[in-house]
Amino acid sequence: MSALPQEHSVKERQDSISIKGKQKKQLICDTDSVAGCVSQRACVYCGARVVLNPITDALHLVHGPIGCASYTWDIRGSLSSGADLYRNSFSTDLREEDVIFGGEKKLALAIDELVQRYQPKLVFVYSTCIIGVIGDDLEAVCKAASARHNIEVIPVQSSGFIGNKSAGYRAACDALLRLIGGPDRDLYHKAKTVNYLGDFNLAGEAWIIKNYLRQIGIDVNVTFTGDANFEALKNAPTASLNIIQCAGSMTYLAQKMYENYNIPFINVSFLGLEDTAESLRKVAAFFGDQDLIRHTEELIDTEDAEVRPVIESYRKEFSGKRAAVYVGGGFKAISLIKQFREIGIEVVMVGTQTGRKDEYETINDLVEEGTVVLDDANPTELEKFMIEKGAHLLVGGVKERPLAYKLGVAFLDHNHDRKHPLSGFVGAVNLAKEVYSTLCSPVWNYLEKGGLK
Amino acid sequence: MLNHTPKEIQERKGGLINPAKTCQPIGAMYAALGIHKCLPHSHGSQGCCSYHRMHLTRHFRDPIMASTSSFTEGASVFGGGANLKTAIKNVFAIYNPDVMAIHTTCLTETIGDDIPSYLGQSEVPEGKIVIHANTPSYAGSHVTGFSNMVKGMVNYLSEATTEVKKEQVNIIPGFVNPGDMREIKRLVRVMGINYIMFPDTSGVVDSPMTGKFEMFPRGGTTVPELKDTGNSRLTLALGSFASTDAAIQLERKCKVPAKSLKAPVGVKATDEFLIALRNSFVKEIPYELEEERGQLVDIMTDTHYHFHGKKVAIFGDPDIVIALTEFILSLGMIPVHVLTGTPGSAFEKEIKAMLLEAGLKGNVKAAGDLFEFHQWIKNEPVDLIIGNTYGKYIARAEDIPFIRVGFPILDRSVHSYLPIVGYKGAMRLVEMISNALLDRQDRDAADEDFELVM
Repeated sequence: MSALPQEHSVKERQDSISIKGKQKKQLICDTDSVAGCVSQRACVYCGARVVLNPITDALHLVHGPIGCASYTWDIRGSLSSGADLYRNSFSTDLREEDVIFGGEKKLALAIDELVQRYQPKLVFVYSTCIIGVIGDDLEAVCKAASARHNIEVIPVQSSGFIGNKSAGYRAACDALLRLIGGPDRDLYHKAKTVNYLGDFNLAGEAWIIKNYLRQIGIDVNVTFTGDANFEALKNAPTASLNIIQCAGSMTYLAQKMYENYNIPFINVSFLGLEDTAESLRKVAAFFGDQDLIRHTEELIDTEDAEVRPVIESYRKEFSGKRAAVYVGGGFKAISLIKQFREIGIEVVMVGTQTGRKDEYETINDLVEEGTVVLDDANPTELEKFMIEKGAHLLVGGVKERPLAYKLGVAFLDHNHDRKHPLSGFVGAVNLAKEVYSTLCSPVWNYLEKGGLK
Repeated sequence: MLNHTPKEIQERKGGLINPAKTCQPIGAMYAALGIHKCLPHSHGSQGCCSYHRMHLTRHFRDPIMASTSSFTEGASVFGGGANLKTAIKNVFAIYNPDVMAIHTTCLTETIGDDIPSYLGQSEVPEGKIVIHANTPSYAGSHVTGFSNMVKGMVNYLSEATTEVKKEQVNIIPGFVNPGDMREIKRLVRVMGINYIMFPDTSGVVDSPMTGKFEMFPRGGTTVPELKDTGNSRLTLALGSFASTDAAIQLERKCKVPAKSLKAPVGVKATDEFLIALRNSFVKEIPYELEEERGQLVDIMTDTHYHFHGKKVAIFGDPDIVIALTEFILSLGMIPVHVLTGTPGSAFEKEIKAMLLEAGLKGNVKAAGDLFEFHQWIKNEPVDLIIGNTYGKYIARAEDIPFIRVGFPILDRSVHSYLPIVGYKGAMRLVEMISNALLDRQDRDAADEDFELVM
């Protein structure tokens, strides 16, 4: 643990940063942000919304003043093969008088009007910061509306201040559990059928994985929540296995589904060649069917043979390049470290907004000596370590992009704004392509010359 | 969404579908970025701050820095005093801005956090300044939040210290892009008049690439300038929704006469802006600006037949939409649907008066949403839609040419660097409008009607 100079950090932050090899020390994570920091973190509502939003035929109604609905209007690039109701923005738009007299009536009215207009089978009602404070009984309003319209109206307890984004994931999982229904351990499980948890179908990623699994003889029952819809989610208990990609948001749901429906779960990662192949093998091995295992090896061979030479050609271009990673959850950080290794890029800094203790341990095992590991970093820290470690590329989300550019550092969006699928074998090639297009762009030449000289 | 909107209009009372506004705090954050070396601070949950920074980052494609009180359950029960005090300590210890500009959120307003009393109990390092504005998200819109923060600047900083007012003008530019602010400043400079523009986000959210990340880029109105606004001879508030309140406050506090004008979009509004400056400060408007105006009018006459009688639907922030509607009318186009998400009857009054004067009728609404706007268009189709990025859904559904003006623009770049204000800005608007209309004509033309010269 290196002590940070005062201008870069405060005492409270020092336990959230470690440098591998300097000292054996447990990184502190999963704590509240320090007040007054430029945190890159979001809130409970944000976490709940990102998990549930990809459900395409649901009506997502945000109960609160307008902001929370407008900032989340169609910002997540999760694709749909059918309905597109989820791409609208619905808000009760609470006004001053609602704050004083309560917003329950307006909420009930909003649900009535919207249900009449759009005829959805499923409505999620998101609670925002002030809902609990003004005393609205979300539960009761939703229950009454549900009875009135004979559809599912599910409250999402996502008041912004009750925790961080992880608490929002949990609130979303609770809403999903309500939708799926009560415990039933004796129900019928379809053979060779999985639920795919924690893929939000950004740029169509879930479709790629679904396709791989279909090729080896496994059906995806429903994806949580990419391109999911009401019917498919309702049938979730019929799968015989849950596979989890984004562990941060979905482990809790998988555990509950194990308790409720006796569905076992395994963790997978379809990011990078190595992880994709390993995960496919893991799923095949679970079912133990020899045909399935053979098909899996065939698929891996075919796909790998197709992309390996492309990856190798990029590898040469990337020799000596260093990357910094700052993403939402630990799962993604871990996969990216491995994926960068595949394309010959060393990760010199890695951080997450909401990584867990066990994930940070894995990260620490994976990275080289001297790599900076940090939780809930602020821009000043990101800048300091990117410069210190000589990173050529930053992987992050919306807010990190211009920061990287200003430093003359290339950038890869591994968040909502990604435009190409980064999953599976094809995703590994896309990642290499995207890294190349930013890392090796001629625009950086104009910077290095240092202006008009 | 992509086309869910029914044509039949029914009364709705349960909130908004596809809003044409967002909440106050983001406007306050944007205004505060227009103070030199200022860190905006969001007093509320950290999601608010994160969303505002994300939205502004997407619009400006520049780093947007702001801190948050990071509310927890405890803070919302016991009040946010402790969080705010810690935040103030940390902000100056870590980031060391000259100014910390606090705005509230719906949460902190609802639990009744009293910011001034918290500030009284906080330790602010010597020479540093903390200002604040109340920005409840459940009232007004992002434009109101902008206005409130600008008023906060006056409340905390403006001082009348000279006996005789200085020969300088205060200009409050409104919620516009840094490219607009640069253009407004250029116009005043060409007029040869000393000025203080506040807030001024140019040089902050359009900062150049240097290979260094500057937490506080060079731009922004400085604290001495903000103080000196109390000594100016006149304040011009450009836009009644975003700027007038602060100008009136400055008149009240420091006896600086306030004059409220339209946002200088289009010939007439730019004329009025320059004439107001001339009337108070100089004998005549320099030829350079006469020439620009003449060029604009020349362009308008060269191209008027492209525009005449075309129907237009306009939505966005009230000050911009009001001025834009006036300009659209001056081109011979017909604004048939005009809408803002921001509440305020003055908007409807002003637009209706313009339409009446032109002998036209149209749908006009404040506090509306894009669902309704789309319904209007379904009922009376138009040739062009003007608005922010969210208009693209309607433009696609109805296959109507669309130009992006206003905030936010999330799917195109460079817009924040180039003005829509002044004669140059009007030229740019004419170019955008005619390109959109003529591109469409080219696209739809049969081979025999496809023309080289248009």
